[in-house]
Amino acid sequence: MSSIVDPVVPEPATGPPPEGGGTEGTPPPPVPSGWRSRLHRWAKPWRQANRTARVLVVVGLVITLFFSVLALFGDQIAPYDEDQYRFPTGEVVNGVEQFESIPRRSGPDGDYPMGTTVARFDVFSRVIIGAKLAMGVVLLSTVLAMLVGVPLGLLSGYVGGRIDRALVLVLDAIYAFPALLLSIIVAFMLKEYLDPGLPAAAVAVGVVYVPQYFRVIRNHTMSVKQEPFVEAARSLGAKPRIVVGRYIFFNVVQSVPVIFTLNAADAVLTLAGLGFLGYGVEYPAAEWGLDISRAISDTVSGTWWTAFWPGVAIMTLVTGLTLLGEGLNDIINPLLRVKGYRGKVRSARDAITIAASSTAPAGSPTEAGEP
Amino acid sequence: MAPLFLWLILTVLFVLLRVAPGDPVSVALGGRASEAQMEAAREESGFNDPLPTQYVDYLKGVATGDFGNPYTDPRSVTEIVGDRFPATFELTMVAMIVAVGIGIPMGSRAARNRDGPFDVGSRMFGVLAYAAPVFWLGILAQIVFSVNLKWLPSGQRLSGSFNASDYDRTGFYLLDGIIAGDPAFVWDVVKHLLLPGITLGLVISGVFIRMVRVNMLQTLRADYVEAARARGVAERTVRYRHAFKNALIPVITILGLQFSALLGGAVLTEKTFGWPGLGSALVNYLNARDYAAVQGIVTFFAVVVVAFSLLIDLINGLVDPRVRYS
Repeated sequence: MSSIVDPVVPEPATGPPPEGGGTEGTPPPPVPSGWRSRLHRWAKPWRQANRTARVLVVVGLVITLFFSVLALFGDQIAPYDEDQYRFPTGEVVNGVEQFESIPRRSGPDGDYPMGTTVARFDVFSRVIIGAKLAMGVVLLSTVLAMLVGVPLGLLSGYVGGRIDRALVLVLDAIYAFPALLLSIIVAFMLKEYLDPGLPAAAVAVGVVYVPQYFRVIRNHTMSVKQEPFVEAARSLGAKPRIVVGRYIFFNVVQSVPVIFTLNAADAVLTLAGLGFLGYGVEYPAAEWGLDISRAISDTVSGTWWTAFWPGVAIMTLVTGLTLLGEGLNDIINPLLRVKGYRGKVRSARDAITIAASSTAPAGSPTEAGEP
Repeated sequence: MAPLFLWLILTVLFVLLRVAPGDPVSVALGGRASEAQMEAAREESGFNDPLPTQYVDYLKGVATGDFGNPYTDPRSVTEIVGDRFPATFELTMVAMIVAVGIGIPMGSRAARNRDGPFDVGSRMFGVLAYAAPVFWLGILAQIVFSVNLKWLPSGQRLSGSFNASDYDRTGFYLLDGIIAGDPAFVWDVVKHLLLPGITLGLVISGVFIRMVRVNMLQTLRADYVEAARARGVAERTVRYRHAFKNALIPVITILGLQFSALLGGAVLTEKTFGWPGLGSALVNYLNARDYAAVQGIVTFFAVVVVAFSLLIDLINGLVDPRVRYS
């Protein structure tokens, strides 16, 4: 996953970036004022992006939105509860409500489209309800990682010196360490302090991603710090808080969305891995990884549906988030933003375009960070 | 750098494990012994000593190569690692070979016809391979190839008909089988390695395809490639003689970075396939709150990661003269 540590070069403020295709020579449309101009500027990278990047973003967004809907309304959509093993038949005999059991380990059919487990749970319902935990953990863990990683990165990059060296050492150590092992140990430790569930799982998963935000923000801060406009602010007597908060922050923060989506994809997998090993959440909570681990004993009898469907859910969500992240990366990173590229242009032409766009001053102030 | 890093890992682990309430004694004896007996056991094993004392004692031991004795296991930590690591090593090596074997040809072919059907297909494959949870893929592979087709065994390192101790010299079964010169044994080991190794390798291969492709594309844009083309060197020669080798240099570095992900994946793969490696041992000891064993194993993982990245640096130096002279 090296793309997440690629420095995202801020877009140059002056001059339109070189474009391929037939758009050269078209005068830029008159820029309207007020909110429309702001919208216009924000949409600029989107308009300049190539078609593949746009397709990736749209497909990724659709998948992500689909799972968001499942996460928000899954309880209503799912035909059964996550731990429901019987349902009322509607008859009342001698004042006692009658129940019918859900069949045990029955294959996919009309009543149970994804089959049932050995504990008589409906796989379809559990897959749907599982989206809640997955999306919740993904959101919370990446936000937590961001809240820790970004300020640390700003501090380390801006202050430098001994603090920087110490922070880099610690966070590099975390980064080099197998992520899943770290998550397991943190989840294990948290077991006693937090009830197994969303918060505990989110912290255990989030720890892993702190170093990535830290690294990118730190490196970016160090390069932006050298810019004349920061120098100017400092010489005008701006306090470090102002310099970092007003001048540097908005310049470095643009790399965050890309790391965010790519980490989100990874977080789904880490959560599933934790669940599979029995950490993070407790049965019978609906969690895809946990469901798959429960399905191990089913394999001997050739029962495939208990493991298959939760895995499909994981894979689809991870794919969606990855595509979203990749697409955003292509769009936000101007080095990759070549409009009209259709794959027919040979690499020589391509190289020229890339070389031309990379000579644009990198790290100059952008629209978002007006001094 | 490396010793500092290890010390950091040791200290953080020491604190994390002891901050969590509960201890090996209450897990091992809980419900079966009186509180007084458990207290005596804790006292005897030194779990009641002040933490700084335990910490200093532990570090002293580590400095002399003694990682302590697990509470729940009569063997020393070093013995456990020696016993379990070869299984993990065999598994990760097979996975690495599979990942590289898929990643390099597919990545470079994708770069060759950029945005063509093969490129789009292999990128899709890369994304899906990355997105598939390794344990899920493993279970599906078991259902298809072991339960339904009955081609390959679904777990363990060896069939029951073989007795590992007859062959055990190094713990690396493949090597043991070759030393013993027993093709039946070697074949059995290989059969057991195939499913877990390919599963783990397939999942890791996604990243390789992507990295090889990107590096190949970048190298194809380099000035010397352009120069070779301008001199009229055949496109084929340009690609294989000039670009290919250089595109692989960063891939070696990625190999190093992916190694820690591979170890993480090995923990999951080991549980899926009942593979008696270090990862599954770690999970067991963690559940037993066996501090010494967990610390020893995790530290060992850290040592392996550090050693591997040093090895990668060395290889990089051998392959790329620019690294050597800078």
